[in-house]
Amino acid sequence: MSQLNMVEALRQALDQEMERDKRIVIMGEDVGAKGGVFLVTDGLYKKYGDQRVIDTPLAESLIVGLAIGASINGLIPIAEIQFADFIYPAFDQIVNEAAKIRYRSNNAFHCPIVIRAPFGGGVHGGLYHSQSVESFFGHVPGLKVVVPSNPYDAKGLLAASIRDPDPVIFLEHKKLYRLLREEVPEESYTVPIGKANIVRDGDDVSLIAWGLMVRYALEAADKAQANGISVEVIDVRTISPLDKATILDSVRKTGKVAIVYEDNLTGGFGAEIAAIISEHCFEYLDAPIKRIAGPDIPAMPFNHIQENFYMPNTDKVYAIIEELAKY
Amino acid sequence: MNIEGLRTVEETFEQAMPPDLLLHAFKLMVTARETDKLCWMLQRQGKASFVISCQGHEATQVGCALALQPGKDIVAPYYRDLGVALTLGFTPYEHFLSVLAKRDDPTSAARQMPSHFSSPNMRIITGSSPVATQVPHAVGAALAAKILNKTEVCMTFCGEGATSEGYFMEALNFAGLYKLGVVFVIENNGYAISVPYNKQSALPNWEVKARSFGAEGIRIDGCDIEKIYAAATAAVERARQAQGPTVIEALVERFTSHSSDDDQRKYRSQAELECIQKRDPIDITRRKIIERKILSEKEIDQLIDDIHKTLMDDLEKAEAAPDPEPEYALKWVVEEPVE
Repeated sequence: MSQLNMVEALRQALDQEMERDKRIVIMGEDVGAKGGVFLVTDGLYKKYGDQRVIDTPLAESLIVGLAIGASINGLIPIAEIQFADFIYPAFDQIVNEAAKIRYRSNNAFHCPIVIRAPFGGGVHGGLYHSQSVESFFGHVPGLKVVVPSNPYDAKGLLAASIRDPDPVIFLEHKKLYRLLREEVPEESYTVPIGKANIVRDGDDVSLIAWGLMVRYALEAADKAQANGISVEVIDVRTISPLDKATILDSVRKTGKVAIVYEDNLTGGFGAEIAAIISEHCFEYLDAPIKRIAGPDIPAMPFNHIQENFYMPNTDKVYAIIEELAKY
Repeated sequence: MNIEGLRTVEETFEQAMPPDLLLHAFKLMVTARETDKLCWMLQRQGKASFVISCQGHEATQVGCALALQPGKDIVAPYYRDLGVALTLGFTPYEHFLSVLAKRDDPTSAARQMPSHFSSPNMRIITGSSPVATQVPHAVGAALAAKILNKTEVCMTFCGEGATSEGYFMEALNFAGLYKLGVVFVIENNGYAISVPYNKQSALPNWEVKARSFGAEGIRIDGCDIEKIYAAATAAVERARQAQGPTVIEALVERFTSHSSDDDQRKYRSQAELECIQKRDPIDITRRKIIERKILSEKEIDQLIDDIHKTLMDDLEKAEAAPDPEPEYALKWVVEEPVE
């Protein structure tokens, strides 16, 4: 057991999986000698060589297309998209190809790839280094979408994603990369895809979150506790498949719920979760379902004052907890 | 359009096929043509909702696929490649099941439109409808072959319109960079639905352009089975020997409209449509067979007649095949537990 941040935990998962299975290769921009722009693949090029850690030309659609073709011919590729904001040239390969290969071939072919992409804001990345993309991919049957919120989960979920026989979009929040260190077991383990985590028990209000927003939800819950409001925090961990049962059980218990997400409000994945709660828990609700999300502007501004204005944070979450508690 | 002006045919690959191989190729080409014609009949009868054709491309499809080792080499075809699929072992009966959207369609269980050829046994990779999306898959498969020290060759097919897609150039760039064993076959019939090749590129010639990507380029008469077979054989051998990728631009003709939802008389003149008939790959092959006294006119007619009869039996059987269950639409989104 050692204290690892998320970058180190992810790197350990990659290393251990590559040790375990020679078919696993990494491909992407700057993943080789540089070790990735966030150093997640640092050292792997030296250890495994250029046949297994492949610096590709700068073409995201090619990276994913290659990964798909390589997976069909016996490799297990992990494609890195340098920033989630750059994933759109590969959107067609992800949505029309990877997601549909098993279905369109009636299970004759499948596509065991992982596409890793750093996402999220609060790091002065401006419009094109801050985006949240989970709702685009959460919409697509055939894809799994994983968003870890801490180093322990990051390691276990990445190992599970690599071992998954279907395509996985693995989204790593940039601000979480070095935000916290925690105990991460040295040995290899998996965290199951499709199982949410109740990270804090509570009775009065439920908060549903993923990625960095789990941290803010927990901080707001601490503040609420001090003011006599008991808040349950659920880290969904995987957008798709979504652990509906855990979410619905919590809402049935508390009767009050807010979904915290960093993407802009409209059509974000919180909207889907709100719809699910409304369909299945209507009689249990004591207050309107609230969404705490970014405003409906094209993307997060670079200016730090405007960036703070955009980002959900502990205070914004706490304000909604108070509002809900009054019902 | 001045067809001759566009077509400068490379004469390097003059090489006679052995008589039995030529005859084998001819039978496959005729089977592809006759199967395709029957699909149009089904569409006109209201029994099939969509047809997209191989007619005019048969020599290139059969000639290229004959250069491969079926079941070993990997193929990423496109929607015209009935001749490729038949050469690799796909059957007309299976194609009819697909055109009629029957439950037992082996390409996709009737999920895809027809002609989206797919078979793990024949190593034909499942593809989609947007053009050139399969090209990076072929290159990725070749990358895997190289990393895993396997000697299979990957051959991918597309139309000349698809070469305008970023995918084509990105994939070719990568294949050239790492000298991957890929053969890119461009079935250039001069039209991307209605748009002529001279509106796709300022330099509509992949023999030249291929070299700037680190690949070999061959521009060849794709209606001559012997030329295209010789070119494909050379390209496959080159790929097998890890000497790098080859682009074959095969000049073919599109005898039908783009699909059953198109009418090419709107954008091609009557004179042009008559003129291209002179380049019918089946007529050209037939003449070779007669000139070399492999078969007589009468024997060829008998052969075509026999193929047609077999196809009618296949068709009858396919029409009687069961439809899929509606709920089967829910199956195989992701891996499912074994029942």
